[in-house]
Amino acid sequence: MSVIIIFIQKAIVQGMGILFGALGEILTEKSGNLNLGIPGIMYMGGIAGLMGAFFYELGTENPNPAVGMLISFLCALACAMIGGLIYSVLTITLRANQNVTGLALTTFGMGFGNFFGGSISKLAGGVGQISVSTTASAYQAKIPVLSKIPVIGGILFSYGFLTYFAIILSVVLSWFLFRTRSGLNLRAVGENPGTADAAGISVTKYKYLSTCIGAGIAGLGGLYFVMEYSGGTWTNNGFGDRGWLAVALVIFAMWKPLNAIWGSILFGALYILYLYIPGLGRAAQEIFKALPYLVTILVLVMTSFRKKKENQPPEGLGIPYFREER
Amino acid sequence: MEQTYAIELQNITKRFGSVVANDKVSLSLRKGEILCVLGENGSGKTTLVNMISGIYYPEEGRITVDGREVKIRSPKDSFDLGIGMVHQHFKLVDILTAAENIILGLPGRQRLNMKQVNAEISALADKYGFELDPRQKIYEMSVSQKQTVEIVKMLYRGARILILDEPTAVLTPQEADRLFEVLRNMKKDGCSIILITHKLHEVLAVSDRVSILRKGHYIDTVDTADATVASLTEMMVGTKVDLNIDRPEPKNRVKRLELTDVTCTTKDGIHSLDHASLTVYGGEILGIAGIAGSGQKELLEAIAGLEPVTEGAITFYPDAEAESDAETADATVSTDAAEGKAPAVTSRQSESQNASKQNISNVSEKASGKNAETGSSLGAASGTKKNGAKGAKENAPVRIDNLDVAKIRSLGVRLAFVPEDRLGMGLVGSMDMTDNMMLRSYRRGHSEFLDRRTPGKLAAQVKDQLEIVTPSISAPVGRMSGGNVQKVLVGREIAQHPKVLMVAYPTRGIDINSSYTIYHLLNEQKERGIAVICVIEDLDVLMELCDRIAVLCGGQITGIVDGRTTKKDELGVLMTKRMVHGSNDPEKTGQPDVQAGTVPADRAGQQESKSDEFAANGSERTNLATEISRKGGSAQ
Amino acid sequence: MNKEPFLRMSRRESIPLWKEALIYLAAILLALIACAGVIYALVQMNPIDVYKAIFDGALGSKRRIWITVRDMLTLLCIAVGLAPAFRMRFWNIGAEGQILVGGVAAAALMINLADKIPNVLLILLMFVAAAAAGIVWGLIPAFFKAYWKTNETLFTLMLNYVAMQVVTYCIIFWENPKGSNSVGIINQSTRAGWLPEVFGNDYFWNIVIVAVLTVSMFIYLRYSKGGYEVAVVGESERTARYAGINVKKVMLRTMAISGAICGIAGFIAVSGSGHTISTSTANGRGFTAIIVAWLARFNTFAMVLIAFGIVFMEKGAIQIASQYGLNESASDVLLGIILFFILGAEFFVRYKVELNHHKE
Repeated sequence: MSVIIIFIQKAIVQGMGILFGALGEILTEKSGNLNLGIPGIMYMGGIAGLMGAFFYELGTENPNPAVGMLISFLCALACAMIGGLIYSVLTITLRANQNVTGLALTTFGMGFGNFFGGSISKLAGGVGQISVSTTASAYQAKIPVLSKIPVIGGILFSYGFLTYFAIILSVVLSWFLFRTRSGLNLRAVGENPGTADAAGISVTKYKYLSTCIGAGIAGLGGLYFVMEYSGGTWTNNGFGDRGWLAVALVIFAMWKPLNAIWGSILFGALYILYLYIPGLGRAAQEIFKALPYLVTILVLVMTSFRKKKENQPPEGLGIPYFREER
Repeated sequence: MEQTYAIELQNITKRFGSVVANDKVSLSLRKGEILCVLGENGSGKTTLVNMISGIYYPEEGRITVDGREVKIRSPKDSFDLGIGMVHQHFKLVDILTAAENIILGLPGRQRLNMKQVNAEISALADKYGFELDPRQKIYEMSVSQKQTVEIVKMLYRGARILILDEPTAVLTPQEADRLFEVLRNMKKDGCSIILITHKLHEVLAVSDRVSILRKGHYIDTVDTADATVASLTEMMVGTKVDLNIDRPEPKNRVKRLELTDVTCTTKDGIHSLDHASLTVYGGEILGIAGIAGSGQKELLEAIAGLEPVTEGAITFYPDAEAESDAETADATVSTDAAEGKAPAVTSRQSESQNASKQNISNVSEKASGKNAETGSSLGAASGTKKNGAKGAKENAPVRIDNLDVAKIRSLGVRLAFVPEDRLGMGLVGSMDMTDNMMLRSYRRGHSEFLDRRTPGKLAAQVKDQLEIVTPSISAPVGRMSGGNVQKVLVGREIAQHPKVLMVAYPTRGIDINSSYTIYHLLNEQKERGIAVICVIEDLDVLMELCDRIAVLCGGQITGIVDGRTTKKDELGVLMTKRMVHGSNDPEKTGQPDVQAGTVPADRAGQQESKSDEFAANGSERTNLATEISRKGGSAQ
Repeated sequence: MNKEPFLRMSRRESIPLWKEALIYLAAILLALIACAGVIYALVQMNPIDVYKAIFDGALGSKRRIWITVRDMLTLLCIAVGLAPAFRMRFWNIGAEGQILVGGVAAAALMINLADKIPNVLLILLMFVAAAAAGIVWGLIPAFFKAYWKTNETLFTLMLNYVAMQVVTYCIIFWENPKGSNSVGIINQSTRAGWLPEVFGNDYFWNIVIVAVLTVSMFIYLRYSKGGYEVAVVGESERTARYAGINVKKVMLRTMAISGAICGIAGFIAVSGSGHTISTSTANGRGFTAIIVAWLARFNTFAMVLIAFGIVFMEKGAIQIASQYGLNESASDVLLGIILFFILGAEFFVRYKVELNHHKE
């Protein structure tokens, strides 16, 4: 029993970072931008959050966890949004190819994260091990009282604030996309920018906003890994391939934020499943690690078989829009 | 003039690169009137109104709305001025519902109350007599339903100035009449309407005044009451053009292609072509009439090997003498198999006689084999002679349905096809003339490498003979004007010495002079004994150009009439007549349906027998007879 | 209703080569200035010294030159492999995975057949096996795209990570020494399966293979019937069907070619330079090559230049990093900045931007 609870907990912990990335990418893709820079942006968000907290804790005698939290949160958000802005300027204003720009951004972002992650201590004058324990402890704080409830408390209430934020964000995002005017307009932009434009919607504005905000949300995924998952430390390439997993989750969730919630937990579960299956050799474990990708491929193939209009990628995905093109 | 205009345009200029789409155009729309903007395709009508709707921004000139000078930089600016535009290509998002499309981009409370919106839209639609389910998704709708959504969208937005870009192109005449009725109601309501069209009768039927554009220039505005078809035509075209298209009597008609019960089915299970039966003869032009989307595209593409045929057969009848062609050299595939599949044909003998006559009249060409392509002048050779070693086998009828393009060619069946979508299908826009010339022939020869010399020569030849305006044959064809693009395409297709030439909307978007060049080329092909099938939307042209006209409606052939004697109303009725296919219901065979159109089924039969007289041989008649009986049966 | 658009943009009909070169040159210059700014901000190093160090790092000694050349060749090889796929507008983001499976196939033979067959035969077999593995990895997404229009960008992307797991799976069996979780240098003593040195040059065969591929691909795309078909399919599938081209066949064939060359890149990485296999055998080059192929617009000779430029910067940045005790990832940051500028410059090549001077 307790193994199952731990498994569920770990799956959720693994999943939430991916969920942030996927939510950001869903918002971005709904505007017709396929941002393959998401993995890089997650690195950028992660390192910026860490650095913000690090310099705050370094410069203050008695760092206040709440302040550290606020600073790191804002730093992560801002830095990731700058990443989104670079992508937006290049693809929307300068009409560069989205795939190529995204990959360049991923190269840049991963480099950015690893560079500062590896050099931060030297840049600060050789302070040794980076650790932002105060801030991280704030991120890791479980819900008091409720988390003590047996079983349910363990499964539902024993996570840091970002986990609940991610869930709330999914619900809000879903409501925004499907129940509000701006959401409707945004979907129109992603499906058919020409039509949206003719209907008086500023395609450029929607694309910029959703791409930048989407990047900001994805950046929180990086922050989540650094703070809640790794307890305020940095390991180079520590995220591994989770950024791409986030992109995969978007497909798996068929561009629906609510699907992304359980999808992310499923992905998290698949990601760590090998640890919980007794008697697996190391080799077999590696095969299990490929599961999330294989499942995504399966979903991709299945949706292309079924051709249900509502489950397809936004029709304008990956295509730049230029009003006067003829 | 004391009157303030709803919209006034002064000296508007718009360029696309080096092309001047509008050159100092002025236009004024009075309040509460219907103004037609008349002009040929490519005269700059759409560009002009796109500047009112904010899609384009003019380089020079002023726009005033209600007497105030305005800058319309985006569609939103346009909406804010109370201007609504219904585009030729609908601006709708497929996966959204009608209501969602209608409220797209509107200001209002963030939180959507779709129930209320749906109710409002239903009320509005009812008021004008539209049939519209606001909850229906666009991708489930028909074309006319989509147009309804577009118009309701504008009304919902409270547009006082409405611009409609060729709204009737996709409508049946009845639907068009209903639309005009709505427009008149709106005019009574005080709306001002701009209607873009190139159909003269619409102008005369519905407008108060008419402004004419020609090649990007403003010509004049006249009161419709004072206008006549002739005066409008003259202004639209410039110098008075002889509208008469040459129509030589067909000679040496020979059965070339036979379609029996050809059915194409879309993914959704709808028959886009529904048991169509048709015989096509060499030496005549067969016109295809029908409202847009009635199966014209599928008909041509099924013959061309681009559309799978779910039922029925398409059979090609070669000449008696075997054809020599570079393609046939490659054709190691035995035609036996195809022969086995082919329906029994009894008329080979007499047909052969016909065909040989045909051939003799045409073997004036020095070129043979591979050189035919470059050596001959364009389309001069309809076929070159070859020793008939394999002749006996090769002149057997060939089933070509459900074969792909390459397979059809390898069987020695030479079909030329000028598709509707010239740059999206017929040509590669980013490639130059040479590379486009070899699009259908690049496989020739055993080398793995391309031969660019032969197509290069052909390109130069086509450019000279059809007077194509382009800086060089190595400029991308996508940068040429519509007329020149079409000439490249038609030139290439004719140069293949086809037996069957299919053209879809050959003069759409093309200036009048190029159009006549094209008509002339079609006639030339007909006189060479080639079977020409052309889909043309303009009934006047069809009735002047074609020997026979087949009318499509909802994928069915509702009638085949003589192009020389038919009347426009007759075509109109056939174009809107729905049929239940009789082949599923043998009991009804031969009985005209009382509910269907006003023309009784046996009238279609009459037309058939008339064309039957042209048929050269008796057995042909039996074939036609079965066709007629089936037709009668299906005419319900 | 007051202001009008300030800038007017229109698509260029054509652009003289010198102007295009000038735009890109300006972009690179701006990028270098930006990079210098970044480096200065971080380490207060004189920008001139920075570029000296970059040059030194890339071409400072004979050994460095050869390492730069070696890495450039691998990158170029992948980009050449991607060229036909991109010409067909097939977004093969899966080069990374195709390299890895190619590398795994080569390494497998290298390890298992080392002393059993003659070296020449072994190398040939490795070459073929690597290409075959790449083909399989390329054909899977192509098959689904051809028959069901499955989105190939996402499919190939996912396959990269499946390939990565395949590599880690194999490493477990091959690890040397046991428990190190890495394969180590394969056949270090016997050099079996290593591309042999010629004229005292370790990379002779790398150069030969990549040069042959580069030239052949150029000819294939420009002058062969197959290359013509690829171009037509890339422009429009409908046109291709109309021309009698079997779109599915062309798609499969082209992706087989693309996958094969990427697999060969994996072979070169294993047999010709690294002599080992790990998840970082591809090391992101599959992604970088996409940028190379895209910027070169299917011209394989232009790829040589671009690949060189990128590797040059990379090596230079690594030099700076080590000189100042910074993290090697600095090279990725600089590379990213340069790419952003070049991608942005493309706009000015394709479009003409003019000030709008409106006359009343």
